[in-house]
Amino acid sequence: MKEIKIQLKNLSVFFNYIQALNDVSLDFYSNKVTSIIGPSGCGKTSLLRTINRMNELIAGFLRKGSVFIDGIDIYDEKIDVVNLRKLVGMVFQTSNLFPKSIYENLIFAPKLHGISDKSDLNEIVERICTQTAIWDEVKDRLNENALNLSAGQQQRLCIARALAVEPNILLMDEPASALDPISTAKIEELIFDLKSRYTIVIVTHNMQQAARISDYTAFLYLGQLIEFGKTTKLFTNPANKQTEDYITGRFG
Amino acid sequence: MKLKSIKLSSELLKEKHKDLPGRIAIMIISALSVLILAALSSVLIKIFIEGASVINLNFLSETPRNSMTEGGIGPAIIGTLSVSFIMIIFAVPMGIFSAIYIHEYAREKWYSRILKLSVNNLAGVPSIVFGLFGLGFFVLIVGKFLDEIMDTGLLFGQPVMLWASATLAVLVLPTIILTTIEALAAVPDHQRYASYGLGATKWQTIRDVIFPQARPGILTGVILAISRAAGETAPVLFLGCAFFLPELPLVYFDFGFFEIPMINPASQFMYLSYHIFILTTQSANPTLTQPIQYGTTTVLILLTVILNLTAILFRYKFRKTLREVRGA
Repeated sequence: MKEIKIQLKNLSVFFNYIQALNDVSLDFYSNKVTSIIGPSGCGKTSLLRTINRMNELIAGFLRKGSVFIDGIDIYDEKIDVVNLRKLVGMVFQTSNLFPKSIYENLIFAPKLHGISDKSDLNEIVERICTQTAIWDEVKDRLNENALNLSAGQQQRLCIARALAVEPNILLMDEPASALDPISTAKIEELIFDLKSRYTIVIVTHNMQQAARISDYTAFLYLGQLIEFGKTTKLFTNPANKQTEDYITGRFG
Repeated sequence: MKLKSIKLSSELLKEKHKDLPGRIAIMIISALSVLILAALSSVLIKIFIEGASVINLNFLSETPRNSMTEGGIGPAIIGTLSVSFIMIIFAVPMGIFSAIYIHEYAREKWYSRILKLSVNNLAGVPSIVFGLFGLGFFVLIVGKFLDEIMDTGLLFGQPVMLWASATLAVLVLPTIILTTIEALAAVPDHQRYASYGLGATKWQTIRDVIFPQARPGILTGVILAISRAAGETAPVLFLGCAFFLPELPLVYFDFGFFEIPMINPASQFMYLSYHIFILTTQSANPTLTQPIQYGTTTVLILLTVILNLTAILFRYKFRKTLREVRGA
């Protein structure tokens, strides 16, 4: 039985009264990778950012409808954004490591959340680096400036950093769009490995990527959910004409 | 085909463009820059040569003697440093926190633009106005009030170093606020998102991510502010700046075996820029005071140059981190 982790119910999003999402209802399943595809400006990123309430940082943001995680409405007054974001990690399009050492980047979040014991922190660093298969590359240079790493390594380190607070959900906003094919392959491999422990929602421009890594795919167009289903089905036998046109490259 | 190639080569072999207006413009521009540099360096060289002949350890430490015609400028240097020091204590926390408030907390609010506009306007107010404000507000209102409630007689209600520093602090506040805002704004938004995304609160984000990255930029502003304050004369004019003081503005804390000298904010003081002013205008014997005047000017210029160089150093560091963060 598939377990629903995140549930969007009649979600509409506006920025300065311009609608970005229109009445989207969508379920994301536990321990599955769901990719969101669609042409630029279709509301993919807006959708992703409602899940950890990152949109609230943008002036003029307005939301209708609700988002549930494990059945709890995350836009409820009682919900603390900080706790929510501990539960819902996020990786951005370009790596945004802090200009600190690799080690300091990785312990940033655990330290904020009250872990100060040195051996505990070391354990976390080793665990998340092993999980993200970057441990061998960074273990001897933990005190080096994180920005000296290659772009691909930086992005994988961002994923590692997001895992440090032990989230349940990982949101990824085009994590590989700025990377070369080899680094992209590594990230995809990583996403595949992480699936068993996390619920992953990934926004991507790259349809081959969506087909390769995801279990479910949602196709968004002009703020509306056009089609959602198993990736294999959506890419081989789409129910909607628009989806078919998009994935076969006829528009977008 | 052949015709075409002939045409091309004849085009290529045409005479070079002369670009006469361009050349003339460049000549005028370079002549003007040389003129500016020449004017600046002739003033500086004259001052430094004349000043260098008087400056020595005694000149820097001794008090003026014989109605300013002999001796050194020790008290003026110590006065300037003390005033600047107290000013930093007033201005830096206030300036940085105001800037953080304006840029990070009131960013989207309607009044943040009004705040910024006011600060900008404050930066354009003539320094003499600040001096009068200091006399009216700090000495006659705050000082008198303090004297009354603490029953200290006439201690705070007179022009003293404390109020001169406070006034200079108000004077440099816009500089500090504006440079701090600029430094905060230069930190890219993706750094903020990274921090929020990891579950940091707004304050944690500012404290652990934004501020450390903006720090060298903020320091640049602080140092430029100090260098500006050290060169100001008008604001300190009414506020305890003395013509001549035989004693240093210090109090000695007695610890039995040893004494620790501390800046006494309730005393009057001498100030380098004001000292130059009185040497020029109030001298009994201009020929004898002139070398001292050159010496004092040299010291003041060197002081500001050193401060500005430090500021440049910090700015260099700031730009370097920013370049790394932006991934350029």
